[in-house]
Amino acid sequence: MNIEGKAVKFGDNINTDVILPGKYLELIDPEELGKHALEGLDPTFVQRAREGVIIVGGKNFGCGSSREQAPIALKGAGVKCVLAESFARIFYRNAINIGLPALECDGISKEVDEGDILMVDLQNGLIENKTKNDSLQTATLPPFIMGLLEEGGLIPHVRGLIGKQ
Amino acid sequence: MHKLNIFEKILARASKRKEVVPGEIVEANIDMAMIHDLTGPLTVHSFRKIGASKVWDPKKIVVIFDHLIPPSTILAATLQKGLREFIKEQGIPTFYDIGQGGVCHQVFPEEGYARPGELIVGADSHTCTYGALGAFATGIGSTEMAAVFATGKMWFKVPKVIRINAEGNLKKYSTPKDLILKIIGDIGEGGAIYKGMEFTGQTFSKMSIDGRLTVCNMVVEAGAKAGIVPPDNKTITYLKKRTKKSFKPLKSDKGTDFEETLEYDVNKLAPQVACPSSVDNVKPASELSNVKIDQVFIGSCTNGRLEDLRLAASILKNRKLHRDVRMIISPASQIIYSQALKEGLFKIFLNAGAIITNATCGPCLGGHMGLLAPKEVCIATSNRNFIGRMGSPESKVYLANPATAAASGITGQITDPKNLRRR
Repeated sequence: MNIEGKAVKFGDNINTDVILPGKYLELIDPEELGKHALEGLDPTFVQRAREGVIIVGGKNFGCGSSREQAPIALKGAGVKCVLAESFARIFYRNAINIGLPALECDGISKEVDEGDILMVDLQNGLIENKTKNDSLQTATLPPFIMGLLEEGGLIPHVRGLIGKQ
Repeated sequence: MHKLNIFEKILARASKRKEVVPGEIVEANIDMAMIHDLTGPLTVHSFRKIGASKVWDPKKIVVIFDHLIPPSTILAATLQKGLREFIKEQGIPTFYDIGQGGVCHQVFPEEGYARPGELIVGADSHTCTYGALGAFATGIGSTEMAAVFATGKMWFKVPKVIRINAEGNLKKYSTPKDLILKIIGDIGEGGAIYKGMEFTGQTFSKMSIDGRLTVCNMVVEAGAKAGIVPPDNKTITYLKKRTKKSFKPLKSDKGTDFEETLEYDVNKLAPQVACPSSVDNVKPASELSNVKIDQVFIGSCTNGRLEDLRLAASILKNRKLHRDVRMIISPASQIIYSQALKEGLFKIFLNAGAIITNATCGPCLGGHMGLLAPKEVCIATSNRNFIGRMGSPESKVYLANPATAAASGITGQITDPKNLRRR
């Protein structure tokens, strides 16, 4: 699974309240949610994300509220993948479950500048920085998480499990 | 066999293994699952997409309406209506509609669903609150919950565990909230990421269940997966009148190795405040007396319990709010609401100039009942002060204990309650 996109950078401890404010939690449609992604932190983000971007975050990305609407909003806005130094656990699980690849990558915020073109090889944990002609190797995803992403997330996976019973 | 801590024992039991080790991934059977009115609709949406027809066990599911109650918009009302239909269709017996429960993380333990040794998931990050009663409880997303509804199972990575050992007695206006704020300030917002936190020592054994609920409620603010206070006689007494189900209190084996042990002496701990816009930006309240406030919020799953309301009332008694300040008080459950009324606390609040809402999460998450305008400042007893949490992204939220919040309402600026002038 290879993903290419322009890097949009954020710092440490980006919480799910800023990714998607509480007042939009009644929404379910990914496109509607996507219109408000990160609006409190960066009002230009939604417009920039439209072309399909890769978020590069710092430590503890996605901390706070368990709202799944946060990764759904990012995906709805056009985010193809999230790379971060570390993830808050609920956000990480939610992202994988809805089919938004999330990869932990030590040192990523130093290696990537805003706007760099990245190519992420999820299978091999390889991140290529095409702008800097550089690459970064990180741990690969556990096979069952990779499997979930390949199936398109938790819904098709559980659908398959139930079908077998 | 290696010595097991309480987290490992619960995961081992729930996954039908003799032992588990940190880092191992296990598939575990869920004992109880909880959804509320804001994460429930998305859970049902995903459940339908999975194509499942019946939930795995309707008796193990608890539904509590609390975030937007009574509904603040037509959309909220419509979503709640849809959720009621799902509850009927699935025959879920334990449903707390508007007027029957209150804030989920108070109602769930109050009604006896949080029991020692159990593995509990809730579609809300503050599900970790139930560790106060010796359960392994953690927050999950809505689609994850839909999978739990369909299968009754979920995968867990066995966490490493940090032990927090606290000794000593809390001073008059210092509370469990101040201790957990101090801990989060020390270890940082991501300081316990993926980990468990076990709370030991005299301070926690002397602490009331209300206080333990406050402490465990906030472990997620340090990134923890779950926090547990080992069950003791207080836990058993609390549960005796609330549940008929038998439970087995599990404890960490003696001599268990923890990843790290942090020691606290609480004798001198002063009231703490988490400043904007992260929960680890913690300072003593006494250093913040130059901060003017517009609003006080006393409530939430952190500090909306009876003890909290009594503490706030002890400060507000025979005093009036500062003329530039408004105060919103939300008791955390219907039961707490009627008890506070019976004890005469409402009279004190009303005389001071506060308003009292129904039991709801509303203000804490910027949902309804008291959103903040740009540049406004609120001191709140809740658990998050993120940018835009309680309204405008340009507003600011300071987190404190109920005594500090009440005292600040009187002076109009952040105030350590010990510095309030005598009545």
